[in-house]
Amino acid sequence: MANARSEILSRIREALKVVAPKPHFKSEPIGGSVAQNAKPWLPDGGATVAARLALLTENLAKLKANLIRVPDAVAAQQVLQGIARDKNWKKVAYHSHPLVAPAVEALTCEKWEVTSSFNKQKLEGCDAGVTSCEAIVAQLGSILVSSASSGGRSLSILPHVHVVIATVDQVTADLEGCFSDMLGRHGQKLPSMLSFITGPSRTGDIERILVLGAHGPKELYVILVG
Amino acid sequence: MSNAKDIFLKEATTAAADGPQRIFINKALGGYYANRDIQKARFRDWERARDAASLAKWEAVNDLANTLEAFVAKFESNGGKVHWARNAAEAREIILQLIAAANAKAVVKSKCMTTEEIHLNDALEKAGYSVVESDLGEFIQQLRGEAPYHFVFPCMHVKREEISALFTKHLGTAATNSPEELTMIARRHLRQLYVDADVGITGANFLVAETGQISITENEGNARLTAALPRIHIALSGIEKVVKKLDDLSVLLPMLATAGAGQPMTCYNTLYSGPRKPGECDGPEEFHLVLLDNARTQLLADPEQRDALHCIRCGACLNVCPIFKNIGGLAYGTTYQGPIGSVITPHLRGLKQWNHLSGASSLCGACTDACPVRIDLHHHLLHNRRNANQTSPTWFDRLFHRGFNFVISRPRLFAFGGRVFRFTLPVLKKIPLPYLSAWLKTRDLPPAPAQSFRQQWKDSSHG
Repeated sequence: MANARSEILSRIREALKVVAPKPHFKSEPIGGSVAQNAKPWLPDGGATVAARLALLTENLAKLKANLIRVPDAVAAQQVLQGIARDKNWKKVAYHSHPLVAPAVEALTCEKWEVTSSFNKQKLEGCDAGVTSCEAIVAQLGSILVSSASSGGRSLSILPHVHVVIATVDQVTADLEGCFSDMLGRHGQKLPSMLSFITGPSRTGDIERILVLGAHGPKELYVILVG
Repeated sequence: MSNAKDIFLKEATTAAADGPQRIFINKALGGYYANRDIQKARFRDWERARDAASLAKWEAVNDLANTLEAFVAKFESNGGKVHWARNAAEAREIILQLIAAANAKAVVKSKCMTTEEIHLNDALEKAGYSVVESDLGEFIQQLRGEAPYHFVFPCMHVKREEISALFTKHLGTAATNSPEELTMIARRHLRQLYVDADVGITGANFLVAETGQISITENEGNARLTAALPRIHIALSGIEKVVKKLDDLSVLLPMLATAGAGQPMTCYNTLYSGPRKPGECDGPEEFHLVLLDNARTQLLADPEQRDALHCIRCGACLNVCPIFKNIGGLAYGTTYQGPIGSVITPHLRGLKQWNHLSGASSLCGACTDACPVRIDLHHHLLHNRRNANQTSPTWFDRLFHRGFNFVISRPRLFAFGGRVFRFTLPVLKKIPLPYLSAWLKTRDLPPAPAQSFRQQWKDSSHG
């Protein structure tokens, strides 16, 4: 199958010798990338911080995610303790992070820090996973987690509840801005996984009726500091 | 009953006559229409956003060789390995070899239509591996032993009672009528399988040339788990899925979710750029991507229909298609159902055998209006009809067109023929003529007018 690559590429080059007409559009691009041109046509992300937070609040509510705004890290700890008590959590998994670790370590239930030698069976038995995030997108209500900064790939998907602790300045307007921030922050060394989480896991596969918690977390909490 | 057309006609006739099933499907789609319209309204200009989405795909597809090479170079520099497959058999062989080399036993899959296209599950099972579909809809279809009904909503035609009975039979669970409880049964059953699987197989919705990432869109979290827990991650993708820039996804991801499921964004949109990196605490040791041609380059070679490769598999064209709504997804007998399936299947599997799907259309254009990347679907169905007629006309087509040509170019003969036809129509109606009788079975032919149009025109003041 060594020739498959060259054969497919030469088939493509042969096929493209006949040029297809460029699509005819109502709107002519005005220079810049497709995404930059499209920005004013997509859902709004909010021009000011207040507008972004208002949009985020509205979007997360529609997605059935819980947004809790707190003034500082101490208040975030108290909120997390409250949720752990109400839900009667026995075991909580987390990763090392200045916002996350102190909040989880203050809990009275069993705590387990995910490190490189972790056991997936043990993680499956955790009631909740607490993580930080890379960014929050106001336009869509999406939380961007990564394998580098959110405790790997499984912590935000395998436990039954996912709690994100983030700061207000992590809220970005839209997806386009978020991608450009990511390329700016990580450059050529992107984390092996970047995942936009938009509400708790869901399915409509049975009679198109919405059910939360298909395979991933049934509940999503966002604790926003600042 | 061995050829695709006869099977299609038989299945479609049966399905179209099933009134209760049609009502059930229309009800299921009702919720989708309402949500889709709410989400479309959140776009500040949906029509222009469609222009942008179409342009993003046009740029990549019309520079496919360079875009793919750029993607592959980036992907491999991130630590992944690319495998090229000219056809379905090669793709199956590559995947089987990877699984054998890993000494794996259990394979978990997340939803991927391209694996349906190459019939991967059959091949894996024949080779002795246990394969589990983890998407709820696909899991249900796998237990039913049936192909997906709709490439986004695989089991939308199945009622909850049937799912309950299916789970009782295969998983030994108690009967329930609650979609929530049924979902939780599948959740509990599948969780352990992810933990135990050695290999995870996923598809890809987009390949990003700029960064060498693959993008996977889903709602349930099963693809996230499939790409997180097993030791080896294998993704299968058609070569046309590539886009040039990462920020092209800022247009395509929200549009895919809105057009496909009436959501602002699907629940998980994940970009993978390689296996686990140093310093990351989990993730697969190996990441393989199989790039599949399987006649896509033939479609690429047709500039008139090249835009069919822009398809992002949202399924919006199925959801609005009067044919799909009446005959359902199984009757097509194809991997990709509905208008997009009717356009591309003749290219992927042969026009001669699959041209009948070009007629499975009312040419209403609802599919073209619904397509977020502006594929000219209903015209492509006409293009396929024309191409079929030019390359392999049936004896009937040939005879009919020759006869029509002969008569229409001789006005007197045409007038005489018309007179004969008007006079004999009441008798003709009673004779079961081939082609015509099938049409007349469900339709009334109006009585013939006393005079021809030409006579009426002459007699009127215009004459």
